[in-house]
Amino acid sequence: MDAARARIRTDATSIAVRSFGYLFIGLFALCCLLPFLLVIGTSFTAESSIAKHGFNFWPRIWSTFAYKIVFENPDLIVGAYVVTILLTIVGTALGLLLVAMTGYALQRPDFPYRNRISFFIYFTTLFTGGLVPFYLLMTQYLSLKDNYLAVLLPGLMSPFLIIMMKSFVRSIPHAITESAKIDGAGDFTIFVRLILPMTTPALATIGLFIAIGYWNEWYHSFLFLSPNMQYRPLQLFLYTVITSADYIRNSAAASNVELRDLPLESMKMATAVVATGPVILFYPFVQRYFIKGITVGAVKG
Amino acid sequence: MPTLAQSDHMLPTSTPADPALRPPARSRLRRLRANRTLLLMCLPAIAFFLVFAYLPMPGLYLAFIKYNYTDGIFRSPFVHWDNFRFLVITGDLWRLTANTILYNLAFILLGNVLQIFVAILLNEIRKKWFKKLTQTLMFLPYFISFVLIGLIAYNILSYDYGLLNVVLKAFGADPVKTYSNPHIWPFIIVLTYLWQSTGYGSIVYFAAIMGLDSEIVEAAEIDGANALQRIRYIVLPWLKPTFIILLLFSLGGVLRGNFGLIYNLVGANNTALYATTDIIETYVFRSLMNNFNFSLGSAVSLYQSVFGFLVVITANWLVKKLSPDNSLF
Repeated sequence: MDAARARIRTDATSIAVRSFGYLFIGLFALCCLLPFLLVIGTSFTAESSIAKHGFNFWPRIWSTFAYKIVFENPDLIVGAYVVTILLTIVGTALGLLLVAMTGYALQRPDFPYRNRISFFIYFTTLFTGGLVPFYLLMTQYLSLKDNYLAVLLPGLMSPFLIIMMKSFVRSIPHAITESAKIDGAGDFTIFVRLILPMTTPALATIGLFIAIGYWNEWYHSFLFLSPNMQYRPLQLFLYTVITSADYIRNSAAASNVELRDLPLESMKMATAVVATGPVILFYPFVQRYFIKGITVGAVKG
Repeated sequence: MPTLAQSDHMLPTSTPADPALRPPARSRLRRLRANRTLLLMCLPAIAFFLVFAYLPMPGLYLAFIKYNYTDGIFRSPFVHWDNFRFLVITGDLWRLTANTILYNLAFILLGNVLQIFVAILLNEIRKKWFKKLTQTLMFLPYFISFVLIGLIAYNILSYDYGLLNVVLKAFGADPVKTYSNPHIWPFIIVLTYLWQSTGYGSIVYFAAIMGLDSEIVEAAEIDGANALQRIRYIVLPWLKPTFIILLLFSLGGVLRGNFGLIYNLVGANNTALYATTDIIETYVFRSLMNNFNFSLGSAVSLYQSVFGFLVVITANWLVKKLSPDNSLF
């Protein structure tokens, strides 16, 4: 069969299609990579060179000055890292447990309230109160302004993740739960001892979705954490550095650099590299879990 | 957020209509107790959605008052439909709706077409290392924050230093003032969206192609079908149901804008670009954070929720007609 196949796929059209595939996919992948190289390249470019020649992939005049200033006063960026790492760990662990628990219970065919609770959760994607009432609730009634809980809590779960967990659990035969019940195991024991170990791929996928959500979280931090907070989550820290030159001036004030010599542009890029680099290196290893997550429950043709 | 189609029914499907069939109060209590562990397991989620999703809903009452800080929600004057009237008269509502819907339509249609295109081409590629490497690279933009995406755009588009103008100047052309020209922003926003989401979105289609029976493909090849014919007569028809369902699901969210993307690309206060870039989410955000006009913001949110609800119902009705298994309820 393979020989026949190899012969068949050598007609002119097939070769043309395949070559076009290599070309298009290759170029598209390159387009996805280049902007990152641009940020890295700019971060290593001397400010005088930027002022004269603009941003470029390859620095005309090399300089690590921007990084030096970023790390001159490492307190802020280290603080940002600590806050984000803590939020990600606590949020992912807690969110994963809650999502898994809910997803399992709602997938149990013998749980009489499953449809009503599912709809209760699903309805929140259909109709929302909008940003203003949510903001007033968080700040005035729950007093979560300038509180890390305002970032932690809203990211714990989403209807999408619960539905995803349900789809994963559906592939486990209900007979396993039933036989464990006959042996006298309680529902929570079944969940912890039997279901959790059987759904580790699902937990990895869902956990990664939650973790990436916390790592890239910017929206709730921006809404609820004011400039009074010394240590902000990483993305908000990056946002502040990018959008306010004043912030850069203040944070560099401790160092002995003349204000006019501050590498404003390359510092934005250097901060971005420091804030994003470590995760990007991590991500090729976790990519396959995402692929699994997207495929599960997606429509089969 | 990727679309996820699920085949189970989310709405309660079996409520006994006849009151005589309903269990009496005591057995209902017994049923509650028998399921207490499972109920307790759902309790955190119920509390979560109750607090963060349901509690804000009554707050939409703000849309009907003229909220001021000293009087608070309960003593601020009730103004009936005045906020909505204001939004219509100023033309804001029309502009926001048009922008939000047009961006989403471009995202959904172009996005799905490009995703299918990429998935089909990926499937033609035989070299494993090439497939793996390019897939990883195409996935990369999905993993970064919108803040970084905004910075990358600035890196390319900035008037003084941006790569685009560096290149233009190198060719002797005049540099362009991207950040004050509203007409090019729809292209920038849509291109950025495609850049960010195509690698991720193509996975669903690629997985669907993988599910295609290889015997059919081989039989076609033996009968002399070339690559184009295989794509045209086997792969595309095979992807059609997936495409339609994903399309309808995303159409359900056509009134929900991509706040993170647009806010970080355009910047916080770039009024010059509002005509083509302002969507419902950015308007509500400004009304809350910059103008402190809580009532107008809530009026837009209420309009969005009600209108969006009707769109989802319609989209679901269409899904149900086309493929009952995939409908949400």
